[in-house]
Amino acid sequence: MSDRIKEKLSILADAAKYDVSCSSSGSNRKNKDKGLGNASNGICHAYTEDGRCVSLLKILLTNFCIYDCAYCVSRKSNDVKRAAFTVQEVVDLTINFYRRNYIEGLFLSSGIFTNADYTMERLVQVAKKLRLEHNFNGYIHLKTIPGASEELMKEAGKWADRLSINVEMPTEKSLALLAPDKKREDMIKPMQYLKQEILANKEEKKLFKKTPSFAPAGQSTQMVIGATPETDLEILYMANGFYKTMNMRRVYYSGYVPISNDNRLPAIGTPVPMIRENRLYQADWLMRFYGFKVNEIVDKQNPLLDIDIDPKLGWALRNMDMFPMDVNTIDYQLLMRVPGIGIQSANKITAARKFSRITWEHLKKIGISVNRAKYFIHTDSEFEKKDLQPMQIKQMIMQEGTSKYKPNFSPQLKMF
Amino acid sequence: MNIVIYDGSFEGLMTAIFEVYEYKIKQPNIVNSETQTGILFGTIHEVQTNRDKTARVFKKLKDKLTPNAFSQLYKSFLSEEREIENIIYRYIAYVLSSKIAVENDYSNADVLLLQQITRKVHREKHRMEAFVRFELTKDQLYYCLVQPDYNVLPLISKHFENRYADQRWLIYDSRRKYGLYYDLQTVEEVSLNFETDMNDANAVKSICDEKEELYQQLWCTYFDSVNIAARKNMKLHIQHMPKRYWRYLTEKKSTIF
Repeated sequence: MSDRIKEKLSILADAAKYDVSCSSSGSNRKNKDKGLGNASNGICHAYTEDGRCVSLLKILLTNFCIYDCAYCVSRKSNDVKRAAFTVQEVVDLTINFYRRNYIEGLFLSSGIFTNADYTMERLVQVAKKLRLEHNFNGYIHLKTIPGASEELMKEAGKWADRLSINVEMPTEKSLALLAPDKKREDMIKPMQYLKQEILANKEEKKLFKKTPSFAPAGQSTQMVIGATPETDLEILYMANGFYKTMNMRRVYYSGYVPISNDNRLPAIGTPVPMIRENRLYQADWLMRFYGFKVNEIVDKQNPLLDIDIDPKLGWALRNMDMFPMDVNTIDYQLLMRVPGIGIQSANKITAARKFSRITWEHLKKIGISVNRAKYFIHTDSEFEKKDLQPMQIKQMIMQEGTSKYKPNFSPQLKMF
Repeated sequence: MNIVIYDGSFEGLMTAIFEVYEYKIKQPNIVNSETQTGILFGTIHEVQTNRDKTARVFKKLKDKLTPNAFSQLYKSFLSEEREIENIIYRYIAYVLSSKIAVENDYSNADVLLLQQITRKVHREKHRMEAFVRFELTKDQLYYCLVQPDYNVLPLISKHFENRYADQRWLIYDSRRKYGLYYDLQTVEEVSLNFETDMNDANAVKSICDEKEELYQQLWCTYFDSVNIAARKNMKLHIQHMPKRYWRYLTEKKSTIF
């Protein structure tokens, strides 16, 4: 029996790993009546050898699937081992992993068997059982199956902390090409439904404190990048739309890992677009935390993010007329925009300059990246880096640091 | 230089700082009686830890500091870093000597240093919350041995008490020789002598619950299965899970023994 469960776990964890979300924060579920667990800030309990965080038990209920989406490892036409957990098996694994402090909770997704509602019902059963029978207050993230009924989604939101529906592809055209069985509309409609339910629940909670939460950690989505020819402009505008109109907590970008010989897709052996994925996340952070508008990061003239440098530096180099700035006087919002200064450093600098004039010595100790910032700010001492062209600055910054990605991405022999 | 010796406790340090003011000790060098090694120069002042004096220092500081800044003093003290006593003393002296609130004056070296040390301690606290791996014994106790870089057990107690409210657990710092034990009611500090060697697989097996090995294997299976080989990035892996923690991690143990 234990060998079979091990095999199932390895099949169904392997199939779930392309879902990148591992976030377990954003909920505020307290431990109830001396039960098991709570969910608040989210802890990464381990990191796999690819450097990704493991915070949840991320598995599929089953990898049997009636769909044939080209980018998906569980597609019907793919010749892989299939398995399915029972509801009780998932519950036992979650509880026993949780009690040993391995995980923050469960992220349960599934291939679609029989139909959407049948699948969704089983996912909901797992969550309900954990909450009611085991008084489990840890984090639960459920995948919403496109096409599932609103009653089931409502039930899911009652037990889960987060719900998500993957938009899969950045554009409708790519979706039609690679997942002909799926319709964009089947994804957008439930997102809208969830958005309304989440908002309505928040309003109700303001009036009646005892109202049970509905998906308190909100909803998120994911798209595969690098499998289809979209530009970063299309991807980021799409993401921006999700943040603005759907109140998404997160949009995840999943660099396509070649798993198929399908000629609609990059061939097996093509490197995973990890730098591009990283640049997209950096751009995403700029939109969510640094007050950047999407059109400041990409536009018609620059539809692709620069692979060599991060998007904040890219923005600064396109806007050299705004620099250099005086670190002792500029606004907090502008300070965050200086390459080499992050949110924490910006906080410290604004706090410290109330006491004394900030010098380069202070900046170094505070921990900003002087190598970058020196081209864009000045303190009381004279600004020395004037009259440099953006291209020169880019070259100088790139020479000073070695990209952490370089060894991964030059399969060619070095000639010099 | 005037040497001020205290007993190594946080209350002792607060008493020492009180007495530096009380006896107007110039240029004090505060040292822990347990770790100090032969003092050659200077006069010596020995401190007897005193509740009232500690309370008076706390009261004064609570008037002048936000709760967050106040908590930095204890957290940074737990770092056990060299000279931490004197950094804390200079920080307090700066706070007391200033008419305005200076806790955010990061242009002051001690204010910045104390904040940075606190952050390191906080990071270690967070790591312990992440890297504790409980093992279940036959008598249904979830236990774990740790050796944190800093003395962070007092800081993680609340987290584990809130989270694992319905199971008995023990987290034991095998370097500092004390642990936290939760008996389903409250958490207590305990000192124990382990008779079995926890690195001896057979000895461990004999005290473990019959399902324990299965769940450890399942966890390792899971850990291996979620890795995407095409994205291998060992540098990042090690940066997040430094090797010194591996011997306590169920999923990494087998790679070092």
